[in-house]
This record gives sequence, C-alpha cells and structure tokens, in this order.
Amino acid sequence: MSDISYRTTRRITGSLLFVEDLDGAQYNELVEITFPDGSIVQGQVLDTSKEITIIEPFTETSGLDISNTKIRLTGDSAKLQVSEKMLGRVFDGLGRPKDGGVPIYSDNKLDINGSPINPYAREEPAEFISTGISAIDGMNSLIKGQKLPIFSGSGMPHLKIAAQIIKQASTKSNKGNFYVVFGGIGISSEDANFFINEVGKSKAMNRTIMFINLASESSLERLALPRMALTAAEFLAFQNGADVLVILADMTNYAEALREVSSARDEIPGRRGYPGYMYTDFASIFERAGRVKGKEGSITQIPILTMPLDDITHPIPDLTGYITEGQIVLNRGLTREGIYPNIDVLLSLSRLMDNGVGENQTREDHKQLSNQLYAAYAQGKDLRNLAKIIGEEALSEDDKMYLKFADEFERKFINQDFGENRDITRTLDIGWELLSMLNKKDMKRISEDNIKKYGKWKT
Amino acid sequence: MGKIYRISGPLIEAVGVDDARMNDLVKIGERGIIGEIIKLDKEKIIVQAYEDTTGVKVGEKITSTREPLAAELGPGLIGSIFDGVQRPLDKIFEKEGIFIKSGTSAISLDRKKKWNFIPTKKNGDIVNEGDEIGYVKESSVINHKILVPPGYHGKIKEIKKGEFSVEETIAIIQQEGLSNSEIKMIQRWPVRKARKTLQKLPPDTPLVTGQRVIDTLFPMAKGGTAAIPGAFGTGKTVVEHEIAKWSDADIIVYVGCGERGNEMSEVLTTFPELKDPRTGKSLMERTVLIANTSNMPVIAREASIYTGVTIAEYYRDMGYSVALLADSTSRWAEALREISGRLEEMPGEEGYPSYLSKRIAEFYERAGVVKTLGNKIGSLSIIGAVSPPGGDISEPVSQSTLRATRVFWSLDAHLANSRHFPSINWLSSYSLYTPLLDDWYKKNLPADWILIREEMKSILQNEAEINELVQLVGYDALSEIDKLIVKTGKMIREDFLQQNAFDEVDTYCSLNKQYKISKTIIELHNKEVGLISKGTHINQIKSEEADERIAKMKYIKESEIDRYFIETMKAISTVGEDI
Repeated sequence: MSDISYRTTRRITGSLLFVEDLDGAQYNELVEITFPDGSIVQGQVLDTSKEITIIEPFTETSGLDISNTKIRLTGDSAKLQVSEKMLGRVFDGLGRPKDGGVPIYSDNKLDINGSPINPYAREEPAEFISTGISAIDGMNSLIKGQKLPIFSGSGMPHLKIAAQIIKQASTKSNKGNFYVVFGGIGISSEDANFFINEVGKSKAMNRTIMFINLASESSLERLALPRMALTAAEFLAFQNGADVLVILADMTNYAEALREVSSARDEIPGRRGYPGYMYTDFASIFERAGRVKGKEGSITQIPILTMPLDDITHPIPDLTGYITEGQIVLNRGLTREGIYPNIDVLLSLSRLMDNGVGENQTREDHKQLSNQLYAAYAQGKDLRNLAKIIGEEALSEDDKMYLKFADEFERKFINQDFGENRDITRTLDIGWELLSMLNKKDMKRISEDNIKKYGKWKT
Repeated sequence: MGKIYRISGPLIEAVGVDDARMNDLVKIGERGIIGEIIKLDKEKIIVQAYEDTTGVKVGEKITSTREPLAAELGPGLIGSIFDGVQRPLDKIFEKEGIFIKSGTSAISLDRKKKWNFIPTKKNGDIVNEGDEIGYVKESSVINHKILVPPGYHGKIKEIKKGEFSVEETIAIIQQEGLSNSEIKMIQRWPVRKARKTLQKLPPDTPLVTGQRVIDTLFPMAKGGTAAIPGAFGTGKTVVEHEIAKWSDADIIVYVGCGERGNEMSEVLTTFPELKDPRTGKSLMERTVLIANTSNMPVIAREASIYTGVTIAEYYRDMGYSVALLADSTSRWAEALREISGRLEEMPGEEGYPSYLSKRIAEFYERAGVVKTLGNKIGSLSIIGAVSPPGGDISEPVSQSTLRATRVFWSLDAHLANSRHFPSINWLSSYSLYTPLLDDWYKKNLPADWILIREEMKSILQNEAEINELVQLVGYDALSEIDKLIVKTGKMIREDFLQQNAFDEVDTYCSLNKQYKISKTIIELHNKEVGLISKGTHINQIKSEEADERIAKMKYIKESEIDRYFIETMKAISTVGEDI
C-alpha cells in the first residue's frame, strides 16, 4: 500500500468523487478514503486519466468535503483473504466480520472478480445433490455444478426454503467435504436474524460461510457481496476440493443496486432502467458455477430472486433464465392452500436432471416416475380448471380420479415439513403410492419392468 | 511508443501511438491486453480492450500491431475450440489451468505440426487467386485444400510434396513483373471483411437436418439463412445442437456467443462420440468450435461471430458446403449496444445503436451459394438463434434478423411448456426456400412428397381452426369429417412433428423415414375420409393397429424402416374392411 495520501479531491457529485493528480491509479483499484472525521472507508477506481480519477466509495458520501478528504491508493483490486477459518462465520459484503469475531488474515488473497472459467476446462455437471425436498429432488433434481435459481415473489417463503436446503443438502460422494456459502443481499435484519438463528443452531453452521448485507447497508456493497461469496466458494471448491453450494438471496435486490449505481454513473439505461450490461453482469456471477477438469470440487448455485408482480418476463427473471440451467418457480396459489414448499413443478425445470438421476445415482425408475407424475399432475390441473366451468359432477369417473390425484400430489408429495429431510427413496415411494390411485394401464411413461418392480397397485 | 492517457472500463484513451489506423489491433499495457482502435483523433486514439482492464495504469505503454483483427486460416482448424479472437482454449488450459487470465496469449494454429501436402498442380502451371494447388488430409473426412491466397497469381516456379508445417513454403509463384512469392499453408484474413467470390448463385439444394418439422415443413437450403428466436426454455440451443450434429453440411462451425459454459462442455463431450450418419466418423472430424461464453469479455463476444463466419467462408472457398450456427446473435447485438453506449453514441431503439440492423443484415449477407475464385461451387448456410427479452419478438434484434433471413423457425413457449419439442410452431414458422427446392425434391424423392407435405400443412391449419370451434361448441357438435381432422392433426403433431433429441433413434430422421411416416399418416387419413364420405361414423372405424404402428414409427431404426413401412401400409389397407 502506498504511504502517500492525496488531498486533491476537486468535486463530489452524488456518490462519486473526482480526484486530481492521482498518480499511478489503476483501473478498478481499491482505495482508502479518510473522511474529515477520521473514519476510513473503501472505494473503487471507476475511471482514471492523467487529469482526473473518478472514485466510487462503498458508502454514502455524506460527511465528505473537498479540502480534508484524504485518498490513499492500495495498489490492488478488491481481494478477499480466504482460509478454512471462514467456516461457521458471518461476514458483511466486503468480507469484514459481522459476528463480532476476529477478522480473517491469510496470505491467500483472491481477486473477488475472479477470472472466467475456460469453457474447455469445464466438465459437464453430474451427480445428484439431495436437498431433502421432494418437489426438487423428485421432479427437478439439482445437479452438482448446476445453477438452478428459485423464482419467487414478495411474501413467499423462499428464505425458509433456502434455510431448509442449507441444513439438509448433501451428496453421496466426496462425503464430509460439502460446504454451503450463503449470500444475503439487501435482506432485512429480521430475515438475517432468522437465517443466522435457524442455520446457527443446526449442525450445518460448521460447514457454512455467510455473507450478509442488510437492506440498510450500501448498494455498492451489494454488488461486491456475491463476488465475495463466490470467491470463498472457489477457494473451497478448487483449492480444497470440496463440493460447495452457493445460495444467493435476493438477486432482485442485487439488480436494483446495479440499476442505482448505473444511473449514478450516468450510464444509458436499457430495459426498465436496468443497465444494458445486466445480462453480462449476471453471467459473471452465475457462470462461476461448475465442475472443472482435474479438480475434485464443484460449485453449485441456487440464486433466489423475487419476481416483481410475479412477472416471469420481467428483465430480472428473464435474463436469469437465459443464463441458468432451469428454474424452480414458486406458486402463490399453493401458499394460499397452505402447501409448503410452494413449488410449482409444472413451471419448474431442471435442464440437467438427466445428468444425475437414474441407476447408480438415485434409482432406475426416477426419470420415468417423475415424467409420469408430471403428466398426471398436469392433467389433473387442467381438469381442475374445467371443473370450475362445468362443475365436478359433469366429469367422468376417470377424470375425477385425476382431479383427486392432483390434490393428493400437492398435499402428500409437494407438501412437507420445514424440518423434514425426505430422502430420495422416500420421495420416489410417495410418488408410486400416489400413482396407484390411477389406472395401471394409463402409465404410458413407465416401463413394464419398473411398474412390476416398484408399482404399488393392489392387483 | 504510445502511452495510456485514460482508462474507463474496456475503453482506453491513448496518446502518441504511431501509425494508428481505424480497426487495427493494439497491445495494451504491461500485460499486452489486446484491443481494437475504434476512434481516431488528431492526438488521441480510443481503443476498446478485448479483455478485463483491471489493474491497468495511466502512463503504461500501448503499441499498434498495424493489423486489423484477422483470423489465421490453414490446416488445424478442424476439431479445435477457439475463443472469440481465435485463441485456442485447449492450449490456454494447458498453459494456465482452469481460468482464463486477462492478457493471456496463444497462437491459433499449431506451428510445429507437420501436414502431408499433396500437390495437384505442377511446375509451370498458371494459377490465379483461389485456385487449388494441393491438399492435406486435415481429418479423416476433410481434405483441406490449399488455395492460392487472395492477391496472388502467376506461374508456379516450384511446388513441393511431403511433410510441412503451416509456416513452411510449399510452392513458389512467379508473378509477372514482380518478385517470386512464397506460398505457405497459413494465411490471414481480416474477419470483418467478407472473403471474395466470383458470383452468388441461387440456393437449390436442401440442407437436410434430420429434423422432421424442419426438413418436411420449413426446409433450410444450403447457402440459406435461418433465424430461431425463442424465449428461454424453448429449446433454441437443442435445435442448434441437433442441426450441428445431423445436418448434411461438410463442415460445421459452431459459435457459442455469450451463452452457457456448460453447453460448450456438452458439445465437447458429446460430439467426439457421436457418429456422422453419412461418413460414420466422429462429428468432431468436421466441426470447428468458437466459444465466447457469457462470462468471457463482452468485446471479444462481438468479434466471435466474425471469427466464426470467416473460418466458415474459408472452407466454403474450398468448395465445401458449410453451416455456421450462431447461438445467440442477441448476445452479439448486446455487445454492440454496450460498446456503443460507452462511446456515448446516440442510441436507437431500446438503446441499440442505429446501425444494428445494417450489421445484422451484413452478417447474414455473408451466407450463400457461391462460385469461388477458384471456380468451385461452395455454400455457406447461417443459422442464428435469437434470444428476445421475455420471448417477445417485436424487439429490434428479432425484427432486424427476420428481415435479413429467409427461414423463420418460431419457437413457442406454450408448446415447450406442454413438452412439445422441438417447439417450432407449425402455423407461424415459414421457409421462403420451399419453392426453390421443389425441383430438387421432384428429382430426389418420391413423386408424392410435395403433395403429402401440402396435405399435412392443410390438415394442421384446419385442425387449428376446428380446435377454436371446439372451445365454443364442444367436440360432440363437430361433423364427422372435422372429428377426423382433429384426430389426424393430433397424429401429425405427436407422431411426426414431435421429435425426441435425447432418444438414440429419434434424434435423427432421414428424408426417407420422414417420407414414410408422413405417407402412412396421410394414407390412413385418406382411407378414413373415404369411409366417412360413405356415411361411416368415426367411432365405428377400427384403426387402433394402424394408429399404434404409426405412433411407434419414429422409434424404428433406419435399417428397419422400409419393412416396417410396408407392414404398416398393409395394416392401413385393412382399416374399414369390417364395416
């Protein structure tokens, strides 16, 4: 770090500082800003030239002045000191302790922006991750190295689902080497407390690192947070060979921060005021998931976002869907029915499911069973709409069976307790039990062999 | 030597750069990051960097390479995977590990590898630019023709035979009034400039993709252009992959532009193992991959499309039929928008620069059937995926693309949600090549192919209208013939249009098999029409056996399809005998 501090600030507008003669400033360099009252905050170089350098502090600019503000160059871009001691700890969006503990010191410093994974170095995602939630495991399985977002809406229990996944997630291989990194972006202190308590009191805490940025904290920190979280994850995965699950919530707050910072920088806005580079920016986060050649570890991501007005075509879910490998969609109607987790299995999709289910992974009947459940549930839901128009009495006996099936499927398969860790065998068995409500001859998506082996029909 | 004056993200201002010319490449800073000159002032130049500029300082050096972004062309392209500026990703992996660091450099074509050059011209022959002088066997299926580079002509003074690396001289041409020119197997071509040809010819041969809905209803021509717009989850990438795998082009250039990294690794793992149905050899033996995934630098993403099309043109000039698949051109357009925004240009529609539609049209214009400089016939087909925000194709990239292309495969989110794949909508899609290709069909396929195709189209059209009616009056109120159309329409949709890309047999369907499935459907339909016109009710017609046989037909192997077809036709002929 340089010893020279500059008092050459010439202009402060909104959230930006314009500083003269900052010799040797690097693009994206981290700087230290000393406020007139002596407090020190960090900032980043946005633009630098011979005459003027533009700096964006990580906090509000109130309290800064022209003559007494001091700037010091650190000679480095934003880095995170990583070590295994981070497990079980809680940090803020810049990697500083938030749990009252000591800061992490390590010689292992990693650039939080990372570098793109060479596509040639990638291995296809493979192997099933058990979340203990039937609607995910059974119908839209999460695969190691995948990025599978949860599309939620305001007021829905996505954080509860996230907490349940953190507590329950596991893989068969690489045992004991499974970690979770949670990034809470712009969440309320109530939600943060729920999380820290819920995970903190479980045994999952020892394998978890949390980064939390509260709603009241800085927007620029929100932009840094997922990068901090992923840098810690990359350390665990690619240096320590662990399987790491990264959960980021709420990416909508992230996108709002991105828009805010972009407009403060006077950039030309794109759709609905979000910057035109939002796709690329999202990709620089989500594409940090994956498996790579020659390394044991992997990074799997579950970004969570709330769709404004539950609109899936809104730029935030839309751009996310173009990058991620499927999506888990939550359904408001199910919440009203008292179903938890309220996962809409018909709108959800895990594109990589085939890579990690079936013989040797989960069970040979998994894929066929899930296809059959999907088809039967879809039929039942269609009939539910029809029944609303023509009345249930007008339906045929067969149709009534499907109607009942859809209800039971929601109540017994999708619905489960917040504390219930249902293993995949149990999930599949429930599926078979439900199918036995229907005619065996209608099971067109399942092979005879599997019906014989796993079917639960009486006759 | 030039010095950096200002750094603002990927935009760099510099002073004192000698001989700066528009679009020439520069090396930026100590790391030597590549950039392109995009604006010239009297004293200052503005450069866009192809990589992350974090850590670059004011005052660092900057030098011009005195050359625009150019592709290296020569043996060794096939089977390679490059990034957007043609750096070989496998070499970078060997050198640097799993991450790509900013400022990394690697040479596109292997300089050490020896190729066995076999001349096809002899001393004293007169050659012109684009003429073939020999070839090397680049892969088990591709003979890489060595052509006289653009701008050269004259008498061959010497031509060699044997093992050479790409930089060794294989021939010497004596140009009239000029000194001798040494011909090597490697050449460079600026990617933003279309390669020269003698003449463009109208497309007259289909690009057979093995996909029923495409080949039968909305065919693509060799040398044609096609657009696949679709919301996420509609299966754009699967369609692109299926065409890359099974189409009957000689060479495939696949450009993954701003898309998922895992999709590229899927291509890299599956293609080498899949066999080309025509040659029986691995698909990688005819494929070049360009991968600039969404997390790789955005500026290089813009270049990736041009790098891809230049390599494709190079093989076209050898007389091959080449198909370029670009997934997704929207990401390329977004890169244009980002650069334009940083340059503070006046934005056009939705923030895209006003030259967007011209750039898109220019790109698709590089497709075509051509007479090459060497008097060969080659073709370049371009198939571009488009990712419209929210699936709404009224946006500028989709609209500009539709104006520039002649085939529109409309991916339908509703079909995708009901698991109908490929989700190409049979009512809104179109192909302007159909009439141009009919002569080819008449010559190469059974006489009634066109008739059957038109009949299928008309049944699908009628079915859609009748289905609207059903919602109003109910199924029971339909006439018997309309009920039959509903039945046949469903059969066409489920047994013909739907195709399972993940089924070993169904993933590829030859024209012969396509014909046979459609023939049986129409044969059965016409049989039933006959019965109904004699007063029979549809539920009196016992067609279960024929229905079932038709439903299974797509899963019958190519080798067994002829026998299966005859048996099915027999089953159809017995329908109605009991009445």
